[in-house]
Amino acid sequence: MAYLTINNLHKRFDDHVVVHDFNMSIEQGEFVTFLGPSGCGKTTVLRMIAGFETPTSGQIRVGGDDITHQSPQKRGIGMVFQSYALFPNMNVTQNIGFGLKMRKCDSAEIARKVAEVIKLVELSGKEGHYPHELSGGQRQRVALARALVVEPRILLLDEPLSALDARIRKNLREQIRDIQRRLGLTTIFVTHDQEEALTMSDRIFVMNQGKVEQEGRAEMVYTQPATEFVARFMGNYNLLGAADTNRLLGLDIQGHMAIRPESIHVLDAHSQQADTLAGTIRQHQLLGSIIRYQIESAGVTLQVDRLNRSASDLMPVGTQVRLQISRDDMREVR
Amino acid sequence: MKSTSRMGAWVAMAIGTLYFLLPLIATFEFSLKMNRDGYSFEAYKVVLSDPGFQATFGYSTLMAVLTILVGILLVVPTAYWVQLKLPRLRPLVEFITLLPLVIPAIVIVFGYLKLYNSSSWLPLTGNERATDFLLMCSYVTLALPYLYRSIDAGLRAIDVRTLTEAAESLGASWPSILLQVIFPNVKSAILSGAFLTFAVVIGEFTMASLLGRPAFGPYLQLIGANRAYEPSALAIIAFMVTWASMGLIQVFARNARPARKTA
Amino acid sequence: MSNPTDSVTLHPAPKAGQAPKGSALSAFRWLGVAPFFLFALMFLLLPTATLMIGAFQDADGHFTLGNIAKLFDDSILSAYWISFEVSAASALGGALIGLALALAAIQGGLPQWIRPTLMTFSGVASNFAGIPLSFAFLSTLGRMGLVTVLLRNYADFDLYGTGFSILSFLGLTLTYLYFQIPLMVLIITPAIDGLKTEWREACQSLGGSGLAYWWHIALPVLWPSIMGSALLLFANAFGAVATAYALTGSSLNIVPILLYAQIRGDVLHDQNLGYALALGMIVVTGLSNAGYIWLRSRAERGRE
Repeated sequence: MAYLTINNLHKRFDDHVVVHDFNMSIEQGEFVTFLGPSGCGKTTVLRMIAGFETPTSGQIRVGGDDITHQSPQKRGIGMVFQSYALFPNMNVTQNIGFGLKMRKCDSAEIARKVAEVIKLVELSGKEGHYPHELSGGQRQRVALARALVVEPRILLLDEPLSALDARIRKNLREQIRDIQRRLGLTTIFVTHDQEEALTMSDRIFVMNQGKVEQEGRAEMVYTQPATEFVARFMGNYNLLGAADTNRLLGLDIQGHMAIRPESIHVLDAHSQQADTLAGTIRQHQLLGSIIRYQIESAGVTLQVDRLNRSASDLMPVGTQVRLQISRDDMREVR
Repeated sequence: MKSTSRMGAWVAMAIGTLYFLLPLIATFEFSLKMNRDGYSFEAYKVVLSDPGFQATFGYSTLMAVLTILVGILLVVPTAYWVQLKLPRLRPLVEFITLLPLVIPAIVIVFGYLKLYNSSSWLPLTGNERATDFLLMCSYVTLALPYLYRSIDAGLRAIDVRTLTEAAESLGASWPSILLQVIFPNVKSAILSGAFLTFAVVIGEFTMASLLGRPAFGPYLQLIGANRAYEPSALAIIAFMVTWASMGLIQVFARNARPARKTA
Repeated sequence: MSNPTDSVTLHPAPKAGQAPKGSALSAFRWLGVAPFFLFALMFLLLPTATLMIGAFQDADGHFTLGNIAKLFDDSILSAYWISFEVSAASALGGALIGLALALAAIQGGLPQWIRPTLMTFSGVASNFAGIPLSFAFLSTLGRMGLVTVLLRNYADFDLYGTGFSILSFLGLTLTYLYFQIPLMVLIITPAIDGLKTEWREACQSLGGSGLAYWWHIALPVLWPSIMGSALLLFANAFGAVATAYALTGSSLNIVPILLYAQIRGDVLHDQNLGYALALGMIVVTGLSNAGYIWLRSRAERGRE
């Protein structure tokens, strides 16, 4: 039986529909990500689960209980906010212990649990500090600890890493996932960063304009986009229109042909392999471990990614090459 | 639970409204009672045609205008200079501009009387014009906090430093920069400060009274001591003037950052 | 707080052995603020300073602490005490009521138009002080005032029979509230705006009720601002002359009135005592404002 189910969730603000017929069911202990651009409704769904917004219609059930109209205090749901929302008048210990205080736990128990979770998020030594004395990454860990210590049924995270710089973001990502696995906590993570979604989630819900465009395991969403939107949003898909597809590949399609840049093989110009296309290198960019080429073939410009194994791998502009694309790597999307 | 707090808010608002509107209503009602036969604007007619009213109101208006002019000429270059070239002086300048809020007006004017009386090194109380000058300076001092805060905020909002550097790199001289780049962009801040100054000067009593000048404030006090209905009419007029000044400030504050529609 | 643009914009770094061109230009820089400082010196700093010095001098100009001693005379001490009472009462009342009104308008779930209306009105009312205000309150709560008459005619309640008078401590306080409350509304609004909605939501998600939010989070965060504003209101009331004079004449013995009478020569003209009175006033208002500034900086430090 699914732990959290959402049925036909709608949310309208005045005459603007923000969430449209959202359905979802997740198992206990799953890590699920809502992925999409700003304004797609992902945060609104999260806030409805937390109880800060009331759905216009629809149902939310957790462990069998209908919590759709329950007040946030009673839902047993932990929330980590984008801006951390640490109480400025309390130090780290007091912030983290706040939820336990609200549950009227005795002070010995509060002290014990707080110490435990401070060790878990690796903030030992910062117990007496106030939020304005901490770095962004530290504040986020306090926010996480504060949500975890009350042992919530579900953990909600609203773009918690978007305000941090890249290196800290990567570290925290791993830490959050690690803690989540250890505690077996059902978690919903909201982000607009597809790399984050891909590295952290068991399942991804790709959202656009209040609707779910695709839902599935990370691998599947990435390699088999269901719609044009998902293809554009995940990775750097080449999206060829019907005319281009016809000219280049000789195929007749209705929508777009999606081809991943890393699935196009680049062969030497004199290669005798079958089913290859002639192409010329127009541009290249060094992205670190990847070299991104813009290769023109039959009037169509394709983005092709290759691993940057050595300096000699870099092909200069103007080089003639042959391209090979497997039929399995071509995907029609609407 | 939310509805009780909303109810509380309504109650608070209602009591507040009552407290603030009642005196205005009472004053207005009283001012209409001069004519024993019923409500009329008799008191207003008397007041407005009183040569004392016209003279003192005119005097105070003139003083207000002078105060505003001198104040702006004093504050704008100073605020500009401090932001641009002497940021280290800023705390000191801000402290000075806040002093008139700390040192009560009565103390300031007392100081003037000691320092600038007829037997001192700079006799300013000797003749009328000199005393007028002294009064104007006292008004500028009183208005300093409001003028400086308004103009300083306005300058900060337009990022004076970057604008100046841009203008310099395009070859503008200092006077052109001040006149063509800075002033136009702080116009609304200046006007806000100006109207606030106007409201402060018009009703001012302490300094005018102790320096013995025929301003509106002392006139109000005189009328209040001797007449019954005219004071309330004057109070309503004073309130209207204050309201108009504040209203105009809002108008100019809203136009502070005009959304320019590009072609 | 050094600023590179100071030395970079106008002149290049001096080469070794060459006298820096800087000095001429930096003198020019000071010229820009010279008028301001001259004005402040002549019309703010010097007058105040001479008063403070005069407080420690006797009629012949010799140093003495006698004036300060005279401040502790019964009559003068009682004047300070009444001033203190009126200022404290109107500051406390203004702070609490102003806070309530501001909270109601900003967070009370009221219609959108109420907040800007309250702000505009507060802007006007905080400047509507002095003599017109006293006229207004006389028209309302004076012997022949509207409310007094209405109470007598419709509620059979004789206000002045209870010993109340607008020309008293209570009356003065009520009148002062008319500009203290709006002032409080204006000062405390930014602090209330600074209360992030996420704090309330975080509190809710952790199981805290609305009351818990206010008790544990909102009030502690607002507290320095509230205290600071109350101090500002106190200083504001302490220095007010016009309203009190117009309302009570010289009958209510508060310090500004005392000083006013001294300056005007209404009483036995002891200049140096007057200076001491002024010094006393400055000390009180100075301390209150210092307290306000300190509390305000503490409040702002807590906000990210």
